[in-house]
Amino acid sequence: MNLEGLTIAKARRLIQAGELSPVQLVDAVQAAIERTDPAVGGYLSRDYERARALAEKTDVTLPLGGIPVAIKDVINVEGESCTCASQILQGYVAPYDATVITKLRAAGAIPFGRTNMDEFAMGSSTENSSLRITRNPRDPERIPGGSSGGSAAVVAADEALASLGSDTGGSIRQPAALCGCVGLKPSYGRVSRYGLVAFASSLDQIGPFTHTVEDAALVLQAIAGHDPLDSTSLDLPVPDYSAPLNDGVKGLKLGVPKEYFVEGMDPQVEARVRAAIEVYRGLGAEIVEVSLPHTKYAVADYYIIATAEASANLARFDGVRYGQRASAPRDLADHYGRTRGEGFGKEVKRRIILGTYVLSSGYYDAFYLRAQKVRTLIRRDFEEAFRKVDGLLSPTSPVPAFKIGERMADPLQMYLADIFTIAANLAGICGISIPCGDVEVDGKKLPVGLQIMAPAFEEARLLRIARAYETACSA
Amino acid sequence: MSAPHLDVRYIANLVRLRLTEEEITELQPQLDHVLSYIEQLDEVNVEGIEPTAHASAVYNVFRADLPRDGFTQEQATANAPHSGNGLFLVPKVVEG
Repeated sequence: MNLEGLTIAKARRLIQAGELSPVQLVDAVQAAIERTDPAVGGYLSRDYERARALAEKTDVTLPLGGIPVAIKDVINVEGESCTCASQILQGYVAPYDATVITKLRAAGAIPFGRTNMDEFAMGSSTENSSLRITRNPRDPERIPGGSSGGSAAVVAADEALASLGSDTGGSIRQPAALCGCVGLKPSYGRVSRYGLVAFASSLDQIGPFTHTVEDAALVLQAIAGHDPLDSTSLDLPVPDYSAPLNDGVKGLKLGVPKEYFVEGMDPQVEARVRAAIEVYRGLGAEIVEVSLPHTKYAVADYYIIATAEASANLARFDGVRYGQRASAPRDLADHYGRTRGEGFGKEVKRRIILGTYVLSSGYYDAFYLRAQKVRTLIRRDFEEAFRKVDGLLSPTSPVPAFKIGERMADPLQMYLADIFTIAANLAGICGISIPCGDVEVDGKKLPVGLQIMAPAFEEARLLRIARAYETACSA
Repeated sequence: MSAPHLDVRYIANLVRLRLTEEEITELQPQLDHVLSYIEQLDEVNVEGIEPTAHASAVYNVFRADLPRDGFTQEQATANAPHSGNGLFLVPKVVEG
């Protein structure tokens, strides 16, 4: 069994026909990892025996029966490490399953392997991992994007059929675009975050990386829904995401936000995205230019809100209940200061400090409260646009994958890598990145992502729009 | 918010984050730069605009206040760097 081009849908057909067993599928994943991962570095750890034991028992009649799914190292899987790619969580063993893991298991899937990421999901290149470098499968000198770079790379490199990541400001969509796979960020409240190590609680969402839109619908079906353990998850029915998938876009109105085609974006990327928009026109969609006037404030807004929330969320890493602790502390202040000073990497420190500052007395109104008001304006931009159109089309990233090390010296340049993905998190809407061709840079073919956005809880429509392009381009 | 100053050393102490002198020297200009970028929100007119704390249409969520199963003492302390007698051990906090 070769994993190359193997989708969940196809693997499921083979399994149900008795032509492939779940154990053989785990064997195939192992072979692919042993062949490819030394060059890519997408995985932090994996346990083949554990996966095989689960594969032997799995109920193949379930929707994802026998399908291994790689998990970003920020989601708790009982009995496995969950490092968040940080030194401060070395040695931690998760005592429970996140709700998405419980749901994957209930659907017959096998959570398998832990994927690399920027430390605590803070970054856009996976270079902030304290554990290892992950390389872009298309060009080993380039980054895979981030923060879910490992989850994107292992799918794009055919080392996994699917994976889970988390998206706070683009951390699923941006690496999916830069590696060349499908990455879906569900609406805020669609998927439970119970068991996801929190970064920015008003923005975080869990979602899948897959080879196809069809597969993304299958994984979302398994993980979506209300969870009493995450009170921000909404108690709304989960529709059938696969049923309307092939309904096409004829008669739909698709908006192209003019603010998402900015000066400084790569002209080859723009050309690929414009060509994709023409494909939609050819499929019978009406293409309309729209405006999201507050787009240019999204990155600044995000770095106030996300860092403020992160500074509070990361207070729990105190070296008392789990993780690393500084040796021989003089007193409690020394214990906290050195545990956190030694345990967190640079980007995490930058964000904790910035977040603390914007929340501090005297600056709270000027920064944090103002940012929350600007967030309202960004949300209204989308509400206004979605009164006119059914979905929005844009680039996922203004540039293809950049070189390892290129943006590490300048944090602000790194933050701007998420310029097109951040607003969806602030507004709570859903978004997906799908491959829309390659550009050639330095003799290497680098993938480009098309971002599609739809109103909150309209994932069925979002997937249907994405699927229409996928079908048209694979025909 | 005219030219606010973010003092890395002061804030780091507030959040119990011990930094080396090298880190302070590196982080200070980087954060000054980021701060000057985020100050562009000053130009937005937010008069009369309600703040958005999160995008979900859900507010106070209640559940019945009933006992339910949680971790055992052993499970809860299994990840602790130092524990004993089913308790988390920390440096002495109160003198005497």
